[in-house]
Amino acid sequence: MTLSAAEFGARQHAGGKALPEGRMVIDPESGGDLLEVSMGPHHPSTHGVFRMDVALDGERIVRLKPVFGYLHRNHEKLGEEHSYLASMPYTDRLDYICSLTNNWAYALAVEKLVGQEVPERAEYLRLIVGELTRMQNHILSVGFLIQDMGASGTPLMYGFREREKILDLFEALTGSRMMCNYMRFGGCRVDATPEWLDGVRKVVAGMPAFADEFERLLCTNEILMARTQGVGVLRPELAVSAGVTGPALRASGVNYDIRKVDRYGIYDRFDFKVPLGEHGDVYDRFMIRLLELRQSIRILEQALKDVPGGPVMDPKAKIRNFRPKPGEAYGRIEAPKGELGFYLISDGTGNPYRYRVRPPSFVNLTVLEDMCLGYSVADVVLILGSIDIVLGEVDR
Amino acid sequence: MKTVEEIKAAIEAAVPSASVEIVQNPAPSAQHSLLLKAETAVAVAKFLRDDAELALDFLSNVTGVDWPDKEITEKVKVTKMVTKTVEGTEQQVEETVEETRKRVEPGYLEVVYHLYSMTKKHGPVVFRMRTGNRADDVKLPSMTPVWRSAEYQEREVFDLYGVEFVGHPDLRRILMWEGFKDHPMRRDYVEPDDFEYEPTAHDEVLKRAQAHQAAAAAAAEGQKGAAQ
Amino acid sequence: MAVDEQLKIEMGKQGVFVTTLQELYNWGRRSSIWPMNFGLACCAIEMIATTMARYDLARFGAEVFRPSPRQADMMIISGTVTKKMAPQVVRLYNQMAEPRYVIAMGACAISGGPFKQGYNVLKGIDRYIPVDVHIPGCPPRPEALLEAFMTLQKKIDAQPLTGEARPRHLDEQAPGEFPVPEQGAHDLEPPANKSVWTVPVVIR
Ligand code: SF4
Repeated sequence: MTLSAAEFGARQHAGGKALPEGRMVIDPESGGDLLEVSMGPHHPSTHGVFRMDVALDGERIVRLKPVFGYLHRNHEKLGEEHSYLASMPYTDRLDYICSLTNNWAYALAVEKLVGQEVPERAEYLRLIVGELTRMQNHILSVGFLIQDMGASGTPLMYGFREREKILDLFEALTGSRMMCNYMRFGGCRVDATPEWLDGVRKVVAGMPAFADEFERLLCTNEILMARTQGVGVLRPELAVSAGVTGPALRASGVNYDIRKVDRYGIYDRFDFKVPLGEHGDVYDRFMIRLLELRQSIRILEQALKDVPGGPVMDPKAKIRNFRPKPGEAYGRIEAPKGELGFYLISDGTGNPYRYRVRPPSFVNLTVLEDMCLGYSVADVVLILGSIDIVLGEVDR
Repeated sequence: MKTVEEIKAAIEAAVPSASVEIVQNPAPSAQHSLLLKAETAVAVAKFLRDDAELALDFLSNVTGVDWPDKEITEKVKVTKMVTKTVEGTEQQVEETVEETRKRVEPGYLEVVYHLYSMTKKHGPVVFRMRTGNRADDVKLPSMTPVWRSAEYQEREVFDLYGVEFVGHPDLRRILMWEGFKDHPMRRDYVEPDDFEYEPTAHDEVLKRAQAHQAAAAAAAEGQKGAAQ
Repeated sequence: MAVDEQLKIEMGKQGVFVTTLQELYNWGRRSSIWPMNFGLACCAIEMIATTMARYDLARFGAEVFRPSPRQADMMIISGTVTKKMAPQVVRLYNQMAEPRYVIAMGACAISGGPFKQGYNVLKGIDRYIPVDVHIPGCPPRPEALLEAFMTLQKKIDAQPLTGEARPRHLDEQAPGEFPVPEQGAHDLEPPANKSVWTVPVVIR
């Protein structure tokens, strides 16, 4: 028995899945004629150890259940067993492509918990490394997306070439390419040298040329457009209800960027735009990342003009014997993948009583099934790539 | 944005049967929260989402918290009549003595929700619900029908804490495998003894090492006994 | 029978190349090790970086990442192996054809690394499958992975084809499959494969 889009929708719970108009699928409940495929946890396109249990009607997806936990590393439990500061290096390993924004979110949450101020120069450094992180994440996620589409190599290679430049900066500043462990409660761990800032200026100055090159290579590519436009459409109402954040949300046309809403750090001093999509399809999500890359360049150009002097660590900040008073705080930032929040409950001891991470990619995956229904298996790979997940953060 | 007190008043005006408590948060963040009763929570949640002024359409974060049974030892001042000898004569004198008393505060599981508004761009509004205890009365209403973003997060709370969400469309384990029996994020979870060795064990690890070695020695003893 | 190194070089200059079967065989084995396209966690990003332009794994004949274990020679365990994932890793290893090699990349694959105390983290993949090269680091730099490749190549080069120390694929008695652990109610069962792994003895 086949179901039309309307009949299929009627089966779902309120706010549930919807088929694209005009698509018909076999009734998933009838079972018999469906082909069940398990994609993952080892699958070249799942960006790590992620699994999807898929039921197919021919090529069409009629059911898709993500299976998590293959990288469940007990981050939260370990956070409760360690002191506040000892959790900082663990946050690097959440979303391991963007360790610095993870640091930032955690530092922000703890600063909220104890009411700690951050000196001016540290705010600038945080913003600079944060935006560099966003740039390299977006470059990489676009590269992986195109790789999944079958353009093996070239765009990803281009992306990695630029990423290496940014990683060199991270290494010069923090001593590590990926696991930077840079921020502290009330500032940053080490100060940047003027030469380092010059290095950043140089890399940022080279970025627009790279963005042009990338866009020339990709944006009007016929195959890319044919495969991504109109695929995996995410309706804005569903996106809001499902808590989707970050580029995936803005591609659906919802103007919500925590940098603008919360104005954490010093984002309110800079002039930048929040790019919005119109259709909410894979192409829009891909384009949003390229446009955000441009905005990050813009923020960095403004921020690098005058980085103030001064300490990078609040001299009054407590480092040893750090015991926040009982209470709780939820701090969040706009990480490259969406809203990254930390929720901390303190009971007055040196370890957090509850240490919760609100991972953007995990919550963004809520809508994966809705976006994939009615499309073909090959599209699933693209749609998953366009959400931009990192398993370290999904499973923690 | 409205303060928690105003939100509480608005809820009580809209959902008359709801009783809302305010949980104060002494930290500088001052994110106070609302404690909802399980019976009326869904109605309140719908109100929070649909109210034109609040418009909390975005459920950001769902957190499980475990509060185990607490044994509280407190000093209580007790006034007693004691017989004392004052200046050679026996008298009844009132005296205050300190007594230590123990009582057990029953534990519960708690689920905390952080709400924001995407249309109004404000937040967070925090509300929480508590279960009756930690063993058998662990049912709470699911927020998934109100906000889809609760779907996986509530599954996670179910998996790691064992809170059962009534009305959840697909309540299964999410991070641990099917067939796993425990709820590992609970405070009293005992990890499987898979300690092997540690070149320089100290603190926690040393304790585990000693426990493991004791267990291994006992097992070896038992085997010897069985062989004889 | 080994040929005198000096003599070999001299003859090479004259255009006469002498080799032994063992050398030829090992040269073939070591010069095109195709890894499996298999990433687990953070270390996988460094593994990908190694294959990209700057570090260029192709210099070692190992840039051809195969999606299927049937076509792969080597598995780079690049990241944390959780207890949920461990049975799959062992199964994938079992599906690879001999000769096969394993590189445990990063602290997590060696011992559980920073997450060692976690309830769902396997404390080292060498509990279930034999590992050829361990690389420490969190994550190991791409250079370290290259070093691991060279170590593996040296190891292959040094293997005699006959006798006690011959590689596993030439030994009929060697196990071809390793038991896949089961996911039990509380832990993996068994917690380790005793024939592959024993508790290291700490000498003080
Ligand atoms: S060793 Fe470090 S970088 Fe590698 S997977 Fe483990 S935590 Fe990640």
